[in-house]
Amino acid sequence: MSSVSLTNPTNEAFADIKEEITAEEAADPTKRKLGVLFWICVGWIVLVAFAATFASLLPLPNPNLGNYNSVQNAGPSWGHLLGTDDLYRDIFSRLIYGARVSLVVGFGGALIGLIVGGIPAMISAYRRGRIDTALNTGSYVVLAFPAIVAVIAIVSFWGKSLFKITLIIGLFAAPLIFRVVRASTLSYATRDFVLAAKALGASDTRILSREILPNIMPTIVSFGLIAVATIVVLEGSLAFLGLSVPPPTPSWGNMLNEGSSLLTGAKGQTNPWLVIFPASAMFLLLISLNVVADKLRAYFDVTEIKL
Amino acid sequence: MSGRRLLDVEDLHVSFATSRGPLRAVQGVSLTLDQGKTLGIVGESGSGKTVLSRAIMGLLHRASTTQTGSVRYDGTEILNAPNDDLRKLWSTHIAMVFQDPMTSLNPVQRIGNQITEPLKIHLNLSKGEAKETALSLLMQVGIPSPVERYEAYPFELSGGMRQRVMIAIALACAPRLLMADEPTTGLDVTVQAQILDLLSQLQHERDMAMILVTHDLGVVATRTDEIIVMYAGNVVERAPTNVLFKSMAMPYTEALLKSTPRIAEPSHTRLTAIEGRPPDLLNPPSGCPFSPRCPYAQEKCHLEKPPLVEAAPGHSYACWYPLTASDPASRPSPRPDPVQV
Repeated sequence: MSSVSLTNPTNEAFADIKEEITAEEAADPTKRKLGVLFWICVGWIVLVAFAATFASLLPLPNPNLGNYNSVQNAGPSWGHLLGTDDLYRDIFSRLIYGARVSLVVGFGGALIGLIVGGIPAMISAYRRGRIDTALNTGSYVVLAFPAIVAVIAIVSFWGKSLFKITLIIGLFAAPLIFRVVRASTLSYATRDFVLAAKALGASDTRILSREILPNIMPTIVSFGLIAVATIVVLEGSLAFLGLSVPPPTPSWGNMLNEGSSLLTGAKGQTNPWLVIFPASAMFLLLISLNVVADKLRAYFDVTEIKL
Repeated sequence: MSGRRLLDVEDLHVSFATSRGPLRAVQGVSLTLDQGKTLGIVGESGSGKTVLSRAIMGLLHRASTTQTGSVRYDGTEILNAPNDDLRKLWSTHIAMVFQDPMTSLNPVQRIGNQITEPLKIHLNLSKGEAKETALSLLMQVGIPSPVERYEAYPFELSGGMRQRVMIAIALACAPRLLMADEPTTGLDVTVQAQILDLLSQLQHERDMAMILVTHDLGVVATRTDEIIVMYAGNVVERAPTNVLFKSMAMPYTEALLKSTPRIAEPSHTRLTAIEGRPPDLLNPPSGCPFSPRCPYAQEKCHLEKPPLVEAAPGHSYACWYPLTASDPASRPSPRPDPVQV
């Protein structure tokens, strides 16, 4: 009976709230939009990823074999959109094939980092106890060690295949990801709705995947993208030192490496495009990743305030 | 159906390990609850009532607490039982409505999801059946246009609506014991009565037992069969509701009642507050824990802790000089009231 009598006042109360919400949205329609820049950056990342994935299907000259009929170290032309390097190879083609290395190492490394660092982080932050203390201390120890030095050392002993480099970089990214994921899990693990879910008999796996994960997803996504950007730079540094995938396989880092020694040609001419194009490609990818990460974080923050 | 012993708590102690030593949040609480009955647990903040209710459910963090005594649900010992065993009880046998509806719902999950989840896990309902049950639950707790609310996120609902959703979730698997931990504290006064009425209505429909935890004696006065008054982790008075209000023995109970505003009083009457603050549980006062704040306290109160004695059938209290003492000589005169500002 009383539920019937309750219906009217609450109905009105709800109408009020609904009005409030719609009024808020009408007052500031831009509040939850991601903006043009975000979509341009997403577009760029998707374009690079698409080109790299389907490089072999695109009408591109072989990136590893020069066409000896063309000019060496030439500037952009119709035949070679971004010019050629000193082995007569097409720079545009090499850039696209080189993106494969950057993207595989970047996204693959971040994914390995998320799996190796993120999953234990959630469990350890939720369960606490001795294992958490041990993992936490462990992550500090690994973080205290300069990653680039360790990666250089391991790569020079173990080998320079794409898989090995991705794996090693991913493992060294794991402690950082561990710390970030652990911190955000901690802030949700003690919330009432988690206790409420527990009191309803939800298992730990369920609480972690259904209650906590969706809440920390914004953090994971935006930090993951930043991690991708950082790893791309790290791979670039390795390649610049000649420690990434061995030539002739192109990567943006080893293109920079080769180009930098040929900036001034034998006959006194300068060849700036040898470094300008790979450097720009890397710059654009990095800034896109950072913008996307930042905009996503801000976007989810707004929602959080509204909640 | 009514009358069956559902919950039997005996000499329950809970203490937390802190850097300053053990904090004894619950000290030897015993209580019983029969099917279909309502028990009120009353006390101010820090009296241990929330810890008590969570200890009964087994929701306290194991590593940092020590829990001794006995909690029997339907004859089975559940104190310190493994989580996997408790998980089978939670939701289908014992469920809890939490204090703050603003934080007790997952902000990123739709209402419908949050209600159907326990149904799917515990009762093995199919997606369609679960949705149907959820909609009827939303209807039962008085949520208008449940079909639309089913798809809503918690931030789209008001506090009262969210508490109704919390109740719907708690009731989803038809528990036999409902723990309501300050279910109306986070809500507007006008909504409080609605929620409490809803709880008692649903309780009667389902013949559920309920533990109502609150700081407000007014809330439990008409809605409980028995009341336990807690102070500093101890039960200081326990009596059937009508007995308690007729002849309260413990000065603390009286003080709690006095600090409830009354409609009959002229407006702008100053609300009586309890002097002082709850005792430091790491360093409890010797003697009666309430003695430093008790207007009737005598020498003996500061020195010796009164035991909880059953003075009349069903009515027990822990006080050396109860308000109900038959011999007027043994009853102390109250200290003069502090000057009213």
